[in-house]
Amino acid sequence: MAIPLSYNVRSLAARWTSTVVAVLGIAGTVGVFVAMLSLARGFEATLVASGSARNAIVRRAGATSEMDSSVMLEQVRVVEDAPGVERGDSGPLVSPEVVVIASFPLRGRGVEGNAQVRGVSLKALAVRPTVKIVAGRAFQPGLSELLVGRNVAASYEGLELGQTVRFGGGTWTVVGVFDSGGTAYDSELWCDYSVLRQVYQRPLNMFQSATARLTSPAALTGFKDSLTSDPRVTVQIDREIDYYAKQSRQLTTLITVLGSIIAVVMGIGAVFGALNTMYSAVSERTREIATLRAIGFGSGSIVVSFVVEALCIALVGGLVGCAVVLPLNGLTTGTINWQTFSHLAFAFRVTPGLLAMGLAFALLMGLVGGVPPAVRAARAPIAFALREL
Amino acid sequence: MVSIDGRADSKSLIRARGLGKTYRRGGEQIHVLQGLNLDVDASDFVAFMGPSGSGKTTLLNLLGGLDVPSEGSVTVAGDEITRMSGAKLTAWRARHVGFVFQMYNLIPVLTAFQNVELPLLLTGLSKAERRSHVETALAVVGLDDRMRHYPRQLSGGQEQRVGIARAIVADPTFLLCDEPTGDLDRKSADEVLDLLDRLVRDHGKTVLLVTHDPRAAEHARLILHLEKGVLVESVTASPPR
Ligand SMILES: Nc1ncnc2c1ncn2[C@@H]1O[C@H](COP(=O)(O)OP(=O)(O)OP(=O)(O)O)[C@@H](O)[C@H]1O
Ligand SMILES: [Mg+2]
Repeated sequence: MAIPLSYNVRSLAARWTSTVVAVLGIAGTVGVFVAMLSLARGFEATLVASGSARNAIVRRAGATSEMDSSVMLEQVRVVEDAPGVERGDSGPLVSPEVVVIASFPLRGRGVEGNAQVRGVSLKALAVRPTVKIVAGRAFQPGLSELLVGRNVAASYEGLELGQTVRFGGGTWTVVGVFDSGGTAYDSELWCDYSVLRQVYQRPLNMFQSATARLTSPAALTGFKDSLTSDPRVTVQIDREIDYYAKQSRQLTTLITVLGSIIAVVMGIGAVFGALNTMYSAVSERTREIATLRAIGFGSGSIVVSFVVEALCIALVGGLVGCAVVLPLNGLTTGTINWQTFSHLAFAFRVTPGLLAMGLAFALLMGLVGGVPPAVRAARAPIAFALREL
Repeated sequence: MVSIDGRADSKSLIRARGLGKTYRRGGEQIHVLQGLNLDVDASDFVAFMGPSGSGKTTLLNLLGGLDVPSEGSVTVAGDEITRMSGAKLTAWRARHVGFVFQMYNLIPVLTAFQNVELPLLLTGLSKAERRSHVETALAVVGLDDRMRHYPRQLSGGQEQRVGIARAIVADPTFLLCDEPTGDLDRKSADEVLDLLDRLVRDHGKTVLLVTHDPRAAEHARLILHLEKGVLVESVTASPPR
């Protein structure tokens, strides 16, 4: 039977100052690691949720995002006639959209941030059933009215319901607020596309994209095949989910890589903390370890016992780190969407999977920090170690 | 019977032949033990004396399998321990040797009960069996009412008695005691020595005791002196009790 766990736990408690230092090192590292990854997850989730499996976004072939795309009115007509498009009371559910970027003062930061302004028709609401008006009303076609996402008022100054703003040479009134259920649209300002085109002096028959609601997710193949083989249009078609997932990739990869680099650097520090704590534990307990070995505990038992002791530190550190980060879950923050250079509000997502990763990372640090001291403990010559005070 | 001439018959329990230990310090070699012979029978009680640095601890370490000799051999109950590998020697120590240390060497974060239980964790005994063995051992040393105490809550003499309980709990073949009373006052020392007497007399234990104190040595049946790397016989202690 092995050396009892209570021996390790109580030894750690007996040297608690040194233990706390090692625990904090690991907790800090795990906290930063999980926080960074939950940021990436939240960002990704926000963008991915913006898309629907039943929607297809049509852009000019070769466009990387809506911003550098253009779709002409004639092409929109072709899209409306394509197979697989859902039909509503007002005809085919295809929403041609104009997108511009406008800057507004960010709340409490003294600088301006870019917001995405989307010129739509009222069909946009039918194409995206998750979008619900929660305050006020929709804009009136032909008027300079804004229907804003629910994060907009919190992110920028002067965009609360009823307020008036100037941008793009026009004066706009916020008449309604919508909730799209935590997607990227919640950071957008919607208005009538013809008014928007007029104010920005855009060509009258040009849109950036057209989003089609399909009869079913499976209808995409037929829809896509029909349009890509049609000589009248040169467009690229993506399932809306995939479009937003692609948009999120660059930033999530950046955050993940950055988070991992920071975690590794902090991790090296934390490992040295654990090594230091365990080496001093081993040297303070030289005679104790020699006694255990004299009694007949083998070097294997000693190694296991000290590695377990390091893992106890790591586990507590990991749990503390996770516990500290957990309240971030759901906390809303903002960043730039690098694909469209607009400001996007999203929430941290601390998932069980991330917490498990954080704990695994902690245990890895404990292992790396625990094995060398444990091996030293098991290697010291007994007769020599027994003479230690 | 104890003998140091290296000619005892093959039935002795502990037998050392031509035992030598040389330490290297810096450039010079220190020959601590040289050609030492010893035979100890079961249920003997031997005391080793000698000036500081004469090699008493070194000898006990060799007999207890904690260190390997530079030359010579140690055989216990027919097994030549000086030929055993590390893992095998560790298992042999667990089975055959009970160590009692001058500084008690109790684990400070474990209770008296848990300290005494340690050697039993290396056996296949069930929890209930371990409990009854520990209680018996602590009763033998008169500390069955201190089981939940931590070492710091015990006096030096009590700590050493817990140390002895730990040494005897797994019923080892012999006990090696290195100055077990060196840190104790007269009264506590006497208690510990009386305990060793009882272990030999009533329980048939074999005890090898290192001590600086002639009064402690008197408890043994035979006192041997370490001189220039070998053992020499001096006074025979009081007749076997
Ligand atoms: N690891 C070592 N390296 C070098 N020399 C050592 C080592 N261990 C012991 N010695 C030397 O061996 C000699 C015998 O030491 P040992 O501890 O056996 O003596 P001792 O009789 O037990 O002394 P004491 O009565 O002080 O406990 C001493 O001179 C000591 O300095
Ligand atoms: Mg000594």
